[in-house]
Amino acid sequence: MDKNMVDLVVTSSPHIRDKVKTSGIMMDVLIALIPATIAGLWFFGAKHTLGVIVISILSAIAAEYLSCWMFRRKPSLSDLSAVVTGLLLALTLPPSSPYWMVVVGAFAAIIVGKEIFGGIGSNPFNPALVGRAVLMISWPTYMTTWVKPFTKSVFPSTAAVTTATPLNIIKLKGYSALLANFGGSVNLYKSLFFGNVGGCIGETSALLLLIGGLYLIIRKVIDWRIPTFYIATVFVLSPLFHRDPVFSILAGGLFLGAFFMATDYSSSPITSKGRIWYAISLGFLTVILRQFGASPEGVMYSILIVDCFVPFFDKMIPRAYGHFVKKEVKA
Amino acid sequence: MKLFTFKPGGVHPKESKLTKDKAFVRLKPPKIVVIPLSQHIGAPNTSLVKVGDHVKIGQVIGSAKAFVSAPVHSSVSGEVIAIEPRPHPLGTKVPSVVIKNDFKDEWVEDIKKISSLEEVQPKDLVGIIRDKGIVGMGGATFPTAVKLSPPKGKLIDTLIANGAECEPYLTTDYRTMLEFPDKIIDGLLIEIRITGAKHAFIAVENNKEDAAELLEKRVKTRGLKNIEVVLVKTKYPQGGEKQLIKAVLGKEVPSGKLPLEVGAVVENVGTLKAIAEAVFEGKPLIERGTTVSGTAIKNPGNYIIRIGTTVEDIIDQTGGLTKKLRKLIFGGPMMGLAQSTVEVPAIKGTSGILFFGEEALDMAPQDESPCIRCSRCVDFCPMGLMPVLIDHASRRNDLKLAESLNATDCIECGVCSYVCPAKRHLTENIRKAKQKILKQRKIEAAKQAAFEKLKALREKQAKEAQEKLKKEVK
Ligand code: SF4
Ligand code: SF4
Repeated sequence: MDKNMVDLVVTSSPHIRDKVKTSGIMMDVLIALIPATIAGLWFFGAKHTLGVIVISILSAIAAEYLSCWMFRRKPSLSDLSAVVTGLLLALTLPPSSPYWMVVVGAFAAIIVGKEIFGGIGSNPFNPALVGRAVLMISWPTYMTTWVKPFTKSVFPSTAAVTTATPLNIIKLKGYSALLANFGGSVNLYKSLFFGNVGGCIGETSALLLLIGGLYLIIRKVIDWRIPTFYIATVFVLSPLFHRDPVFSILAGGLFLGAFFMATDYSSSPITSKGRIWYAISLGFLTVILRQFGASPEGVMYSILIVDCFVPFFDKMIPRAYGHFVKKEVKA
Repeated sequence: MKLFTFKPGGVHPKESKLTKDKAFVRLKPPKIVVIPLSQHIGAPNTSLVKVGDHVKIGQVIGSAKAFVSAPVHSSVSGEVIAIEPRPHPLGTKVPSVVIKNDFKDEWVEDIKKISSLEEVQPKDLVGIIRDKGIVGMGGATFPTAVKLSPPKGKLIDTLIANGAECEPYLTTDYRTMLEFPDKIIDGLLIEIRITGAKHAFIAVENNKEDAAELLEKRVKTRGLKNIEVVLVKTKYPQGGEKQLIKAVLGKEVPSGKLPLEVGAVVENVGTLKAIAEAVFEGKPLIERGTTVSGTAIKNPGNYIIRIGTTVEDIIDQTGGLTKKLRKLIFGGPMMGLAQSTVEVPAIKGTSGILFFGEEALDMAPQDESPCIRCSRCVDFCPMGLMPVLIDHASRRNDLKLAESLNATDCIECGVCSYVCPAKRHLTENIRKAKQKILKQRKIEAAKQAAFEKLKALREKQAKEAQEKLKKEVK
């Protein structure tokens, strides 16, 4: 035998690995967000909205690049997570957001939301939501100015094109006023389902978010338990506050939050049981905040608050093989 | 046939059973065999021969007094030319008997064959299995005779023949089932006679349904009521002892215990064939069927190889390599051991030998990226563990935490590393933690034993002193 034909490397088992990579997972998330993104462009006009999206993504990439250099980390752009954060942030912003604010938000998301905690996988909060929270606190007016879909210009120079989100209307004037506004509950549901309402760029169409979410569930990127239990909890608890359950789950950022934000790996629990309780807590808090909070929407703060308790949910470890709960042990 | 599976966890990697349709071919015995004195879990053997001795096929050349051990036999006839440490598939050098083949194929004379099971006592059957050096041939290499000798008070009521063969590439068990179904059934009958088990299953993965059907037909024709062929879902690690028990019997082996605890014994189909040959033909474990596969070997196939044949010889005998050999794996790709030299010999536990070229490096990328907490490792672990957390603990050398996360229950199946998108070396780190914990436990136990001994001694001395005092007072 020719010894030159042999040059052995020794590695530990297993000697085969699944093809799934971190970047592949992030790619799936981006694909899943395409429908909602296109809808945002469609409803609010590509002219300014596209700028918000592109600037948000580019700023996130720049921030990631900067922090890798700052924290002397291995370059991590190739994992695509910065792109995901940038896009998610853009989708949670009002279509009329000024570009400079988007830049600030994206830097806050990446640096404050992720990198100072140690980078991907170590962030206790969803980075995009951290970015959004920073903007919300700093420039509340910009963050709560909404334009009507299909308005020529997104800049609300005249009062005629600005509008309030459905949740806003409820908060200020009550549900009957909202119904009157939309002409009946069926019309209201329809608008919410297809997205023909005022709101953030990516949150308006429940249908398109659902499509993206189902794609992620089928591809096993996210756990179905989080969106399902989150949305179900809101549905069940809303009537307690005399809110229409169907309206409550379709309105606001719930679908975007439930499918794309609460499922962020690093800021959500790692066990099935933990995820169920995490999602139920989210639903509970969202309903409470919508009812009693100062602002009409509660999804963002719910997620940020419940994220603090993830270490607790992570303690809900499944029963290992060969370990029995007391009852099962034979005498 | 019934279909069973285990839950939770498990994966289905590409099967890559390239050698599925290749019938067993007996390789020519090599010029020189290298027979490690230890090829089993348990006490090492000492050599019974000297350099210069002439040995025959089937002659015992190494044995040990310890209960947990299995003797080794010469696989060729010829002259012992060296007894020295040689590379062993486990990665270390192990004392081995090197024999030069004289190609006379002389067998030892005193071969005893059993013709009917009723003639022999179960005890004597266990003796034969022990003397013939039978060990678990699925790769575990636990001495079979020990497995069949439960401690007092423990009953074996169910036997499971393991024909799951869930590792990709490997087809040894599949071919054994297709070509030697009756020997497998005979092996089961012998074990039934030994253990008094009431029921025996033959569990076959449902990607090998033809083998299951053949076995069932043979069981029916032979009119055996106590043997049942069942299908298990094609899923890795379905052939893991604990997973198979869960799938077929619906029971879990308590943590840290043997399958015996639930009255079961799981036996690889190849081992059963070897048992049948040992009892009815008097044949010791001197050769075995093994899958030779991978992308770098010219003629992948299933070969019957003498124990002690080196990989070098196997490459030459089967027609050589197709490209530069970069990875040599003993066993399957999920749990097998990568080898550092082609001088290692095939031994009793070698269920497959895989050859790969440069592409092996892409099949198992080694560069880790940060854990993204995707929980895939948690979802797919067949033991219901938290690999990501044990990995963290292991990296920080926090053995207490690793232990509390049941690191010692890990069966090292490799699933967690396989599914991890960040390519973390989970299995490797968990194995490290596990080994350290087990070592620590051993030391603790030894300390405890020494302490108890000392205490007993002290007490005795005190008592004696007291008695002496009493006497003096009297
Ligand atoms: S190697 Fe151990 S921890 Fe990893 S999946 Fe297998 S049993 Fe679980
Ligand atoms: S599979 Fe890998 S990346 Fe995912 S949680 Fe486990 S260790 Fe982390």
